[in-house]
Amino acid sequence: MNEELGNFSPQERAAQEERLRKVWETPKGIRYWTSVNNSQIGLWYGVTAFAFMLFAGLLALLMRLQLAVPENDLISADLFNQAFTLHGTVMMFLFAVPIFEAIAIFLLPSMLGARELPFPRLSAFGFWSFLIGGIFVCGSIFFNAAPNAGWFMYPPLATDEEYSGIGADIWLLGLSFIEVASIAAAVEIIVGIMKCRAPGMRINLMPMFAWYLLIVAGMILFAFPPLIAGDILFEMERMFDWPFFDAERGGDPLLWQHLFWIFGHPEVYIIFLPAIALMAMIVPTFSQRPIVGYSWIVLAAVGTGFLSFGLWVHHMFATGLPQISLAFFSAASEAVAIPTAVQIFVFIATMLAGRVIFSVPMLFGAGGLIIFVIGGLTGVMVALVPFDWQAHDTYFVVAHLHYVLIGGMLFPVVAGIYYYFPFFTGKKLSDFWGKVAFWLMFSGFNIAFFPMHFSGLRGMPRRVFTYPEGIGWDWFNLLSTVGAFIFAAGVATLVIDILRPKHRPHERNLNPWNSGTLEWTNDPQESWGMRSVPIITSRYPLWDQPDLRRNIEEGRYYLPDAKSGERETLVTSVLDAEPIQCLRVGGLSYVTIIAAIALGGVFIALTFHWWIMTIGFAIITFIAIIVWLWTGTAPIPEAPEIDVGLGLKLPIYVSGPASVGWWAMFITMVGDGTAFASLIFGYFFYWTIHEDFTAAVPGPGAFWPIMALVFFVVAWGLTLLAREFNNKGAAGARMALVAAFTVTVAASVAGLAGPYLHGMDPTANVYPATVWILAIWTVAHAAVGAIMQLYCLARSFAGKMTAEYDQDIRNVALYWHFMAVTAVVTFGVIGLFPMVSA
Amino acid sequence: MKSVIPREVESLWTLFTAPTVWALHFIVCYATVAIFCARGLASDISFDTIRLALAIFTLLALAIIVLSAYLAWRQWGFGSGDPPHDAPTRKDRRYFQGFATLLLSGLSFVAVAYMAIPLMFIAECQP
Repeated sequence: MNEELGNFSPQERAAQEERLRKVWETPKGIRYWTSVNNSQIGLWYGVTAFAFMLFAGLLALLMRLQLAVPENDLISADLFNQAFTLHGTVMMFLFAVPIFEAIAIFLLPSMLGARELPFPRLSAFGFWSFLIGGIFVCGSIFFNAAPNAGWFMYPPLATDEEYSGIGADIWLLGLSFIEVASIAAAVEIIVGIMKCRAPGMRINLMPMFAWYLLIVAGMILFAFPPLIAGDILFEMERMFDWPFFDAERGGDPLLWQHLFWIFGHPEVYIIFLPAIALMAMIVPTFSQRPIVGYSWIVLAAVGTGFLSFGLWVHHMFATGLPQISLAFFSAASEAVAIPTAVQIFVFIATMLAGRVIFSVPMLFGAGGLIIFVIGGLTGVMVALVPFDWQAHDTYFVVAHLHYVLIGGMLFPVVAGIYYYFPFFTGKKLSDFWGKVAFWLMFSGFNIAFFPMHFSGLRGMPRRVFTYPEGIGWDWFNLLSTVGAFIFAAGVATLVIDILRPKHRPHERNLNPWNSGTLEWTNDPQESWGMRSVPIITSRYPLWDQPDLRRNIEEGRYYLPDAKSGERETLVTSVLDAEPIQCLRVGGLSYVTIIAAIALGGVFIALTFHWWIMTIGFAIITFIAIIVWLWTGTAPIPEAPEIDVGLGLKLPIYVSGPASVGWWAMFITMVGDGTAFASLIFGYFFYWTIHEDFTAAVPGPGAFWPIMALVFFVVAWGLTLLAREFNNKGAAGARMALVAAFTVTVAASVAGLAGPYLHGMDPTANVYPATVWILAIWTVAHAAVGAIMQLYCLARSFAGKMTAEYDQDIRNVALYWHFMAVTAVVTFGVIGLFPMVSA
Repeated sequence: MKSVIPREVESLWTLFTAPTVWALHFIVCYATVAIFCARGLASDISFDTIRLALAIFTLLALAIIVLSAYLAWRQWGFGSGDPPHDAPTRKDRRYFQGFATLLLSGLSFVAVAYMAIPLMFIAECQP
């Protein structure tokens, strides 16, 4: 790329800056909260997640106080149960995962050289969902109604209404809501990294952070949906007595354990990899050299991402599965140590090859790695089945998981806070107080958690609220409590350092650490992100591309102006990052907040079985989303092409696989398909554990399921026809859409007719319950598909969808590909499998 | 040779070939023994037959991984041009992809081989 760079006079530049500032302006007053800009959303997200962390930390201190001495009666057994359940839940779901979504949303656009991620309103929606769901879950403890069955909610304990009360519903519904937010973030991150990099930033030049986040977002897509499927089954059991986990009626609590840990183990790596990603940004900076073994890091990220899905049963070694199954998971658990170690050796090699500057971020990073390595080694121990049987459910495991999570996640995050604080605010945190915080946290952590290895080996079980005197646990527990408070003092030091007022530095220095990556060209005073979108030719552009910063600031690269009055960013190709589109992204909006509040209302009303309110909120959610789509997506531009600078003209509107919307649909549906696959897994799981899995209950028959299957395939075909006809003119497309809608309705009726007409009672046995849940899942998706067909019809009549501008129908056709697969599998399985199996 | 070896494609997805083979191998091994041990399907099949079948499947998986490694090596220009592959050129981007894919093939090979160890040593379901 040897384009002639732009050259503007100071007056022109000032005018450009004025226009850019106006377009990207953050509103004042109450309207501040309607902002969707990635820097605001990222900041709110991060602050909220951090606040939840502090809250969960206080719960931990409460538990440590209770356990400090034997036979303590500071808090009741029930409050203790609520405290440890909420502690685990909040740390995992409301801190560890969201903090990375926050960091990613904040940093990625600047790192990649984009003005904004492709779906800013989706990020905003995700944040508001997270906030509402998080407050709902955390707040429950003040009403003595918090979940109390452990963060993994094992049935039958958690399905026992008398024991678990409303807490389990709060857990299930509150977290389902937050899982939706996580998947929204995953879509945003994947599309952002693949399509919104600066021109020239080929995949071999991508910052390490982006590589990690790409893998992590992919993992979220395959890890969270099984939990959503599990949540659905669980809530159906609690709300309507469908016996998925009730052994008396053919259910099996183990299915929950499978679904939970298919989520839960990758989750550990979903948390760990982004933390390592921060390290991969920090270590080169403080070694003042490029990372050693870039490809090896990619190997490690991808390898860990995959292998982490083959580990889930190591949480279930004590459940009586066949030895050989356990051995498979043991083998995979040992194998994952390889890519994990590769990353650590890469960091060590980078430090050895460079000249290390031991700053506060490095201190936290190195300290975290030491802690993590100890946790990793005990992990290799508990991955061995015989050892695990001894250590299972003891404090040894508590020690192991805290070494992994605090070393592998919390310390790197704090390192990241120290490192990126000047990026957020233009000011550094204190070196002195940083060191104090580090040594308090490092020593406190080890004093608190190292003794737990021994109390565990001496037999102390997890989750006990007290213990008798003189059985060898007293001193270890007291020590742990003392350590916990030292650790908390360290965290408090950090919080005070962040909150205390700081002087603005005399000299404006955007890159105080002399980092090499692109994000350090951003001015925190401006909300446009990149002044102009640069051409990148290096992994460390600030080190290797002289004049880069000046050229960016003088608007000499792409998109130096905002003449259209729209928020614009560049879309580039996946492998070589060649510019292909000028993407317009959404600006300020109330509709995202309304949609999130209304959806939150649906989940909260469901918890309390307020059915009318549930329906009311659902209708508001529906209207809000339709308004959002109608006004905010796929607008027909004023001209087909726009000048993006440097003599390049790019299309504004693209559709099909070239568009970001198509990819978002594709990625969402992959996640949706994973949830569906988990339900199908459930069907076959029950088949394997029972001699006659139908329990002699009549099935849905073959006739109606096959009718449904055929109708759905026809509806799919008609939707594709509508897409083809649309190229030739509106009339044919509209007729095909009407026909497709009619057939979809018929297919849905046929789909429900099978189980209904055969009188299948979902509360009688797990078999009818499973058939019903699959049929309902498919019909619910058909309802969405039908709405999409009507939406396209309306867009066509409104002139918003034409032969040339056909994004809507192409995305809907893509949805229908997935819909067709779902329908064929569902009705093929429930209609035909009982016959095959008999 | 030309007819057997796939021609070179330019895609991000090729990076994931070998780990995907590992994942499929993992699922097949796990599901086969889980179903066999839970259902005891058709009692005339012995556990040793299952082990043998899975052993053959393992060899197949390893062979596919070796093939993917070969393709990766080819993408890396048969080892021409050492890392770091950080030039802003299509060639270096391809070499980077090839080298990273080769590394992943190695890891996947080891991970599949690990899975074979239980097949070698565990001779019954032993609930």
